Amino acid sequence: MPNADLKVVSNDASLVSAIRAGGSHGMAELYDRYSGIVYAVALRVLGDTGAAEDVLQEVFLQLWRNPGLFDSSRGNLAPWLAVITRNRAIDVLRKRKPETDIADVVLSVQPDMAGEAGRSQAMEKVRDTIGSMPTAQRDALQMAYFEGLSHSEIAAKTGEPLGTIKTRIRAGLLTLRKAFN
Amino acid sequence: MSVHEQFAEDLALHALSTLEGNERAALEQHLSSCGDCRQELEQLRGDMSLLALSTVGPKPPARCRQRLLDAVARESRHSSSKTSSPWWSAARWLAAAALLTLVALLLQQNTRLRQRVASLQNQSGDQVAELEQAKEIVQTLTATDALRVTLVAAKTPPQPQGKAIYARNRSSLIFLASNFRPLPADKIYELWLVPTKGAPIAAGLFKPDSSGSAAVINPPLPAGVEAKAFIVTLEPESGSHEAPRGAAVMSGAGE
Repeated sequence: MPNADLKVVSNDASLVSAIRAGGSHGMAELYDRYSGIVYAVALRVLGDTGAAEDVLQEVFLQLWRNPGLFDSSRGNLAPWLAVITRNRAIDVLRKRKPETDIADVVLSVQPDMAGEAGRSQAMEKVRDTIGSMPTAQRDALQMAYFEGLSHSEIAAKTGEPLGTIKTRIRAGLLTLRKAFN
Repeated sequence: MSVHEQFAEDLALHALSTLEGNERAALEQHLSSCGDCRQELEQLRGDMSLLALSTVGPKPPARCRQRLLDAVARESRHSSSKTSSPWWSAARWLAAAALLTLVALLLQQNTRLRQRVASLQNQSGDQVAELEQAKEIVQTLTATDALRVTLVAAKTPPQPQGKAIYARNRSSLIFLASNFRPLPADKIYELWLVPTKGAPIAAGLFKPDSSGSAAVINPPLPAGVEAKAFIVTLEPESGSHEAPRGAAVMSGAGE
C-alpha cells in the first residue's frame, strides 16, 4: 500500500507538471480525481448548485492558469483545493471580491489524501472526530468554516461570549489535528 | 515550535479567514516577523482543510467537466505560451533588454529635443525683441509726423542733405533725405548706388514731403554689391528708371 500511495502522490505532482506544460489531459485527470471534493465543499457553503458549479469551474481554471501557485512539496493537492474552494465560496456567499490571495494559501497536512483509499479513510476519521466533538464546539467550527461567520457574528448568533467562541474554534481545529497525529 | 499564546486563538480565526479589523492587522504584523506563528498558521490551515472531508454531497453534473475542458481548450494557446523553452526565454530576455535600451535612447533623445526646443524658444524670443526694436527704428525714421532736424554749423542756411546707410553683406540700404527742394512738375528724385565696378544701380525713387524730407528703406538691390558712392538724380517721372537720364543733384562717397 505505501508503494501504491507513493505512486498516486507522484501522479498528482506529475499531473500538475503536465498542466504547467500546457497539457489539458492532466487537467481532465485532476478534475476526475478532485471535482467531487471541490463541488461538495462549494455546494455545502453556497447551498446552490449553479453557484457551486461556477466556483468549481473557477477553482480548476485558476489551477490551469497558474499551476505554479500549488507547491507540491508543501502538501497534497486535495486539501489545498479544499481550502481554495472554501475561501472562494465564502467570498461568493458574502458577495465580496476574493479576500485571500491564492499564492498566500500555504498549508501543512499530515494525512495522505492523494489516493482514493487514503482519502476515504481520512474522510471517515474526520466525520468521526467531528461527530465526537461537543455540540457547541462543532457548531462554532462549522459556522466559521461553512458559513464564513466571524467570531463576533457567531457570538451574536449563539449569545456566547467572544472569548468562548474563539477558544472553541481553536480547540476544534486542534482536535482534528490530534486525530491525525 | 513555540506559538505566542496571545495570538494562538487569532491564528485559528485567521486560518479560517474570519479575523477582521485591528485584530487581523495586529496578527499580520506579528506574522511578518514570527516564523513559529507562520508555521502554526500553515498547520491550522491544514487542520481546516480536513473539515472539507466531512462534506458529503452529489457529484458535480457531467456538463461541468465538459464546460471546464472547453474553457481549458480555449485557453490552451495562452497557457502553452506561458511554457517557454530556454531558447524562447532567452529571446524574451533579449527582447526585454532591447526594449529597455530603446526606451533609454528615446528618453535621451527626448531630453535633447527638449533642450533644443528650449534653446530655439530663447532664440525666438531674442529675435522677436530685435524685430520689435528694428520696427521702432524704422517707424521713427519714416514717421510723417516725426520732427527732423539737421544740425549744421551756426549761421549756415539749411542745405539739402542725404544720408545713405548701406550694409553690403545684408544688401540693406536706408536713405534719409532732408531739406530737399520741392520737385518740379513731372519730375522725381532717384537714388543710385554706384558700384566699384559697372554702371549705377537704381536704388529707389522718392518725393520729399512739404518739409523736404524723404526716406528710402531697403530697396531691392543685387546681393553683395560693393558701393563706392551714392548719387541722387532728378529724373522724369515717367519712362524707364533703369539708368540715370537726368542730372545729378547730390552725390557722396563712402567714408
